[in-house]
Amino acid sequence: MSASLNTIPAHAMTIDKENSESGIFSKALMATMRKQRLQDFLFHKVTFIFALSVLFVLLGIIASLMIGAWPALKEFGLPFVTSVEWDPVNDQYGAAIAIVGTLATSLIALAIAFPISFGIALFLTEICPAWLKRPLGTAVELLAGVPSIIYGMWGLFVFAPLFSDYIQPALAATLGQLPVIGNLFKGPMMGIGILAAGIILAVMIIPFIASVMRDVFEIVPPVLKESAYALGCTKWEVVRKVVLPYTRIGVVGGVMLGLGRALGETMAITFVIGNAHKLSWSLFSAGNSIASTLANEFAEAESVLHVSSLFALGLILFVITFLVLSAAKLMLMGMSRKEGAK
Amino acid sequence: MKTETMNPVYRKRLFIHRVGIALSFMAMLLGLFFLMWILFTLVIKGVGAINLAIFTQTTPAPGSEGGGLMNAIVGSLLMVGAAVFISTPIGILAGIYLAEYGEVSWFAKITRFVTDIMLSAPSIVIGLFIYAIYVANVKHFSGWAGSFAISLIAIPVVVRTTDNMLNLVPTSLREAAFALGAPRWRVATFVRLRAVKAGVITGVLLAVARISGETAPLLFTALNNQFYSANMNAPMANLPVVIYQFAMSPYDNWRSLAWGGALLITFSVLALNILSRSLFNQKIHN
Amino acid sequence: MTTQTSVDMTNKKTLEIANLNFFYGSFQGLKNINLDIHDKKVTAFIGPSGCGKSTLLRTFNRMYDLYPGQRAEGKIMYHGKNILEPGQDVNMLRAKVGMVFQKPTPFPMSVYDNIAFGVRLYENLPKGEMDERVEWALNKAALWTEVKDKLNKSGLSLSGGQQQRLCIARGVAVKPDVLLLDEPTSALDPISTAKIEELISELKGDYTIAIVTHNMQQAARCSDYTAYMYLGELVEFGETDQIFMNPNKKDTQDYITGRFG
Repeated sequence: MSASLNTIPAHAMTIDKENSESGIFSKALMATMRKQRLQDFLFHKVTFIFALSVLFVLLGIIASLMIGAWPALKEFGLPFVTSVEWDPVNDQYGAAIAIVGTLATSLIALAIAFPISFGIALFLTEICPAWLKRPLGTAVELLAGVPSIIYGMWGLFVFAPLFSDYIQPALAATLGQLPVIGNLFKGPMMGIGILAAGIILAVMIIPFIASVMRDVFEIVPPVLKESAYALGCTKWEVVRKVVLPYTRIGVVGGVMLGLGRALGETMAITFVIGNAHKLSWSLFSAGNSIASTLANEFAEAESVLHVSSLFALGLILFVITFLVLSAAKLMLMGMSRKEGAK
Repeated sequence: MKTETMNPVYRKRLFIHRVGIALSFMAMLLGLFFLMWILFTLVIKGVGAINLAIFTQTTPAPGSEGGGLMNAIVGSLLMVGAAVFISTPIGILAGIYLAEYGEVSWFAKITRFVTDIMLSAPSIVIGLFIYAIYVANVKHFSGWAGSFAISLIAIPVVVRTTDNMLNLVPTSLREAAFALGAPRWRVATFVRLRAVKAGVITGVLLAVARISGETAPLLFTALNNQFYSANMNAPMANLPVVIYQFAMSPYDNWRSLAWGGALLITFSVLALNILSRSLFNQKIHN
Repeated sequence: MTTQTSVDMTNKKTLEIANLNFFYGSFQGLKNINLDIHDKKVTAFIGPSGCGKSTLLRTFNRMYDLYPGQRAEGKIMYHGKNILEPGQDVNMLRAKVGMVFQKPTPFPMSVYDNIAFGVRLYENLPKGEMDERVEWALNKAALWTEVKDKLNKSGLSLSGGQQQRLCIARGVAVKPDVLLLDEPTSALDPISTAKIEELISELKGDYTIAIVTHNMQQAARCSDYTAYMYLGELVEFGETDQIFMNPNKKDTQDYITGRFG
């Protein structure tokens, strides 16, 4: 054997009774030990700093938004949130129109997207034959990756004309005739507006919510479903009585995740929302969302109050989105804890 | 079995079941229908604009004929490239931290939570943030500002994928490395990270796909540039903003270019997604 | 190759375990364990699932340290120091007390690098000497002839039995004092199992070996000392021949004759 084997620590035990630290360890080994401790220490610190930077970005966003919004908030105070003014000429601003537009489009989108995403997720996990699962699942995920500006363009150039020519008249003729909700479907049918924006937003978030829900449905332990089948339940009954109760929290979490996405969406809406600073009961009318207001006006805003009001809008959007997404995440975490518990 | 289908209770249950399944099936068809419709529209309207000119000529001035998207394509490539350069190391290192210390450290748990939220945060607010801290201070729009903005969108994607991938490494492999007396940093990098190299690269590719199509964060950071410029320190043309501007315009050639650009972006993004998926599956099966 | 008949009880003791208690959170996994691991002998740990044998093995190299909520109390004396005390350099300990796991765990690198990985942690060998060490370790694990032409291939390309021998070679390459084997053949076919059992009796000459196994015949074949454990307690410990042919406790006899477990 070569001489190097003699330098191996385990066989070169220098029992150093005076130095209680080293014991059986030779000096060279002590040096390596110290070096390793230093390396591990540095490793922890370096990776820690990078992880810290993510948190810093979050805090930075909130801080910079607040600083930017301060002049407007100081000027208008809390009524800013409820004021329907938006008048760049006279420097009077209020967030109500944008907030209503954001909430209206998002809620419409969710109302339409939820049942469809649900159906898709259900199909993919329970009904789809095995050979079709992968390609269809991939198709849904690819749809989720299409940039939102594409949806906006498709919405404006393809969907809007059809909407104004066929769907809006149909809605006006049917739902528009009913006593109370009829007011939602009145007015000129231009193909753009809150409802159009909501529908396009729905198409955009369907694949996203469907993916999340599919992941949630897959958590259900097969043995649970099998026990239901063994009793003679139909597939639909297994879904209703086993899968849904088990995944209730996760489904809500998925919906809220979709809501969080929808609230912040810019490009899918800006093309068709109409960019109008008015509030109206009719869903056919043009309006504005926070994101579309920012997209349309920020680059050209000049007065301090205008810019600051836009920052304030951004702050409001960020806070709402943050709260919704946090709630969603907590629910989904509760879901995965259930998975761990099985 | 035949006698049971005569049972009225069962028949009703079967009916409900069939209705439910049919509805679910129709939802799937509806989803696919929209996918096909959108892609179809994109191809029909955009393919006419795809020719050599789109890659060689710069964006046309308002009212002038022809033109291409060369400066926008170059600008997007530069900004996405810079963003990848910035976000990959940050994302991977942060992801390593989460995977290594995520079980023991409350700080890591909070960071993971925040990262997941940032994944779905409104991208226009990110643009606002970069504007406030960078553009407003240097007093001009720039390609760098645009890169910073889309990096902030890419980082959570890379962090999340790296974290998830590292956590897939079986504990027995980690323990085997520790059992040799390896220090923690070696176990984390030479063993754990190496085992999921392909997955981490997939994460980066997915981040690229995500940021390639983002428009909102570029609106007030990189702005746009009518001419060709490779100067990252000045307003920079980029595909998404150009498409946005051109699509809403009254000029035919602008609109045609917008569709062409949309087609380019969409198919690049889809190709990236498919590529990363197949890369990942290939490695898994090895 | 040493043949052991009756054991000289004045043999050196590598590990002396005294009053060892182990907790998973509030659940006590090991209760007051007292035994000695004898130098250059094979000590086998047997018992039904959940009796704590793997837990005990994993205290010898402080593997449980990786998991918050798991803690050990008591003493394990190794070279005059209690390795359970905080302040011990755990990495160093693990360099001297190596472990091979139930599931073969080749690192995602070449066969050569797998072996070199551990060596490079503590020694700065020039290429020639590293090559020699790799060859030596692979020979010790009876793997050299099978892989000498594929040293640059990935460790994952070997068969299950070969991967496990690779892990043994990797453990041996750093020249530890003690080798801990946690059910090393559970995941392998009978032929690979036989090869590894042969290995164990050869390695015994140079290393102290502690092996956990649920296969009693393996314990009887390979070991010098056997410890029978049940529900976290050490029921009986002694020379293998004595345990298997003339156990002191009825519980031990019941387990060995298959009356339960």
